[in-house]
Amino acid sequence: MTVRRVATQLVTTRSKRDVATVRADFPVLAGSANGKPLVYLDNAATSQKPRAVIDALTQFYSADNANIHRGVHELSQRATLAYEGARGKLQRFLNAADPHEIIFLRGTTEAINLVACSYGRENFRAGDEIILSAMEHHSNIVPWQIICEMTGARIRVIPMTDSGELELDAFRHLLTDRTKLVAVVHVSNALGTINPVKEITALAHEKGVPVLVDGAQAAPHGPIDVQDLDADFYALSGHKMLGPTGIGVLYGKSALLDAMPPYQGGGDMIRSVAFEKTTYAPLPAKFEAGTPHIAGALGLGTAVDYLRGLSWEWIQSHEHDLLVHATETLQEIPGLRIVGTAARKASVVSFVIDGVHAHDIGTILDQEGIAIRTGHHCTQPIMQRLGLSATARASFALYNTHEEVEALAEGVRKVQEVFG
Amino acid sequence: MPDLRDLYQQIVLDHNRSPRNFKELPDANCTAEGTNPLCGDEITLYLRVEGDIIADVGFQGSGCAISQASASLMTSAIKGKSKDEAEGLFRAFHAMVTAGPGTKPDTTKLGKLAALSGVRQFPARVKCANLAWHTLHEALSGTGGRVSLE
Repeated sequence: MTVRRVATQLVTTRSKRDVATVRADFPVLAGSANGKPLVYLDNAATSQKPRAVIDALTQFYSADNANIHRGVHELSQRATLAYEGARGKLQRFLNAADPHEIIFLRGTTEAINLVACSYGRENFRAGDEIILSAMEHHSNIVPWQIICEMTGARIRVIPMTDSGELELDAFRHLLTDRTKLVAVVHVSNALGTINPVKEITALAHEKGVPVLVDGAQAAPHGPIDVQDLDADFYALSGHKMLGPTGIGVLYGKSALLDAMPPYQGGGDMIRSVAFEKTTYAPLPAKFEAGTPHIAGALGLGTAVDYLRGLSWEWIQSHEHDLLVHATETLQEIPGLRIVGTAARKASVVSFVIDGVHAHDIGTILDQEGIAIRTGHHCTQPIMQRLGLSATARASFALYNTHEEVEALAEGVRKVQEVFG
Repeated sequence: MPDLRDLYQQIVLDHNRSPRNFKELPDANCTAEGTNPLCGDEITLYLRVEGDIIADVGFQGSGCAISQASASLMTSAIKGKSKDEAEGLFRAFHAMVTAGPGTKPDTTKLGKLAALSGVRQFPARVKCANLAWHTLHEALSGTGGRVSLE
């Protein structure tokens, strides 16, 4: 096992006090499920929301609601300022060079579809190759398959080891003159693996190939610097990082976004429209057709404020402690095997139990108030690669506690009791 | 408050561990495949129908305890029955597991299949119990096709 205990007694004591304060900010965590205190360990599916985010939505709809970029009236100006303010927050969150490199969309899925439809349709030709990795979420596979069918390009796959690490040597060999794009996940939702994105972009750029990074699972766990990573596109979802559902971001380098055709046509994305010819608005409006999820963007901006207020140092140290604790506790249970044992992992623990299907594990834990995810996690190629049909997955967030890790282990023992 | 013991009765756990009729029938004249795409449960059902009678039945597949036990119990229940009788069991079984929490469904005609009555307390697991039965329904009514419970 490569995850090692690095926590000191001091850090654990500090974490305990701080995490209680943090939990008080999340109203849902005080609730219950099936008559037991809620133990929410399904954070890779979606995170819970702090009161500040909930209040930001309420405040907008109660006091400031108007459409943006249109009205001369006071409310519309307030809404526009708040929406563009949120864009600035996301720019700083990702360390993008310019706010117009931040495109607000529904989420990671739409961000990847935008790049596939716009960049892909413009640049892919028959015989071209798109490189994905063996651990992609379906949302970073299917959009490329659709565009490959339309253009005649084809998909190549970076293989992974049994422990869930990408084989970079194989990647080097996959990169050829035919390669037109690399699309790779930053943190695997099913295995927790943190991929060496900076190394991947460096290798791809040696061949002049742009890289899209699916950052949905990375954003809530640590600082992201798109310029340092040298990512050409970076996609994330608000709801996985304490923000609302239905809002996410595509970051793209200005030069790439500028050269790309629009993804959707409609209001707000135009400079002028005539039946003979329409000219498009500059970035970011070119890619934000129609009225966007204004309140969602404000909520996401507030979520970013909240994360920055806590400090990444504390979040990363606390989540690492939870990962180590969960890994050590679960792997002591006979008959349980952890799936995904990469050296660098986010706080995700996937596991299987001899003789018990993941759905039965999920139902029994649910009776204990413990929410986990079971199934293929929208990563069927990973399951096929590892010869599994499903896993149970506990995924931890900054507000989870060591007591919840113990509750999970206790729940797993109960599963084994039921299945005797 | 649903009770896990109602869901995972001994007979269910037993049929999950040692499924009956877990085999391919080389002389099957009626087959169908069923999948539950959300959770990945899958089953292939093989029937040898002679006249109106299900003379032999087998299944293969993988999935959770409820889906496997349900398939095993179903094959035991329908072997030797007429097609109409099997369809009647399908309707009765379906009514039992979809009766909803807090109900007391009539299970008198269902025999051992009543062991799955606890599923009605767990709405998320109803599809698991129904998969084999929908596959049977497809096998008997269609020309041998695919069932997908979305």
